[in-house]
Amino acid sequence: MPQQEQVPQMIEFRNVRYSPDGQRAVLSDLNLKVEAGETLVLLGRSGCGKTTTLKMINRLLDPTGGEVLVEGKSVLEWDPIRLRRGIGYVIQEVGLLPHFTIERNIGLLPQLEGWPPERTHCHVEELLEMVALDPATFRHRYPRELSGGQRQRVGVARALAADPPILLMDEPFGALDPLTRAEIQKEFLALQQRLRKTIVFVTHDIHEALTVGTRIALLKAGQLVGTYSRKEFLDSSDPTVNAYLSVLRATGPEAGA
Amino acid sequence: MSLMEYFYRNRAEIWMLTLQHCWLVGMSMLLAVAIGVPLGILITRRASLNKPILGSANIIQTIPSLALFGFLMPLPWLGARADRLAIAALTGYALLPVIRNTYTGIMGVDPSVREAARGMGLTDWQLLWHVELPLALGVILAGIRVATVITVGVATIAAAIGAGGLGEFIFRGLAMVDNRVILAGAIPAALMALLADFLLGWAGRHLVPSAKS
Repeated sequence: MPQQEQVPQMIEFRNVRYSPDGQRAVLSDLNLKVEAGETLVLLGRSGCGKTTTLKMINRLLDPTGGEVLVEGKSVLEWDPIRLRRGIGYVIQEVGLLPHFTIERNIGLLPQLEGWPPERTHCHVEELLEMVALDPATFRHRYPRELSGGQRQRVGVARALAADPPILLMDEPFGALDPLTRAEIQKEFLALQQRLRKTIVFVTHDIHEALTVGTRIALLKAGQLVGTYSRKEFLDSSDPTVNAYLSVLRATGPEAGA
Repeated sequence: MSLMEYFYRNRAEIWMLTLQHCWLVGMSMLLAVAIGVPLGILITRRASLNKPILGSANIIQTIPSLALFGFLMPLPWLGARADRLAIAALTGYALLPVIRNTYTGIMGVDPSVREAARGMGLTDWQLLWHVELPLALGVILAGIRVATVITVGVATIAAAIGAGGLGEFIFRGLAMVDNRVILAGAIPAALMALLADFLLGWAGRHLVPSAKS
């Protein structure tokens, strides 16, 4: 897909509705725009529809109503395979192929895209270094030999392998212990500074949202409450936002250890 | 004449019937895998076909073997030659374990692995070839192993309709009321079943890609 002419709205949701059984609406009246280069956090409680929203971008789910556009084109007009190959996807469980080495895992998409083995080999090395894993140590290991944090780093490397303009991340650091999580969030921010991908990041953790996001989209019961920059979020008087802010104050670094 | 002497005296015929038995089992298993694995894959893609396909394979397996040979006999082409008939029946018997294990093997693949692979943009064929089949291989081989051992046993009945195999000795021995003759068929058949089980178990352990996660 053309990277030179980046459409300002990389991703757009227009009046999107999702109601799988025709009765309960998991998502309703969703209107949202994601700008190129930003990290939009989808924040909300469990069951508020944030993962559903994410999955509509790479068509793992299709809306029951409304339209989702990626790079100005409806997702229904995209070839689903090409769409997905242009979007990196990182999930909480990581989902590395257990029977492939780390190298093969990361190099799978380049291989399927027909890259020459030499190029893939070099690229895997670059990607491992990008996610702070020593290539010599890790490339021949199997996922089962890695810790949770290392596996998720490989997950991110894999998502970046075909150099997609968009990254979708579904609570990617949720399964990690707090120390590893903080470390990985920092590295992720540094990486994003370098790469400037368009990222949609799902989390229910307010601290994480404020740490990694350039903008926060707050979801409640399948509806968008609002989108806020960090400052707007912290200054907002909206009751739902305030609920989060009180949690933030109660569990922040100032709170009694 | 002791049992050992009988074996030695008739070793040519024992060998020939063993080969014939191998032929019957081999052909049936080849067909059962060629038909069963694709069907197993199909029902992971089309849930609606699950009941009819597994149901039919189940019914075939429930029919007593000799009766199944009887049912197939009047059919044109199939019923015309004893070995064709036997292979058709044996293939039918081997289908259920192969289809079912292919199905459960594939469905047993970690859902997050499947989700990550789909999200990456793997086509359905690529998903099958790179992810599902390698990870399901252990379970599929286990099904093939069970089916093979069953087939070695049921193939002894093929002799009753003139298809040859080690069952010849067994039936002959029963008619003659001569234990040595029965054992001349039964022992090689049992050894064949044990060997097949051992070899396929070995294959299962050594050919399956390291999949423990």
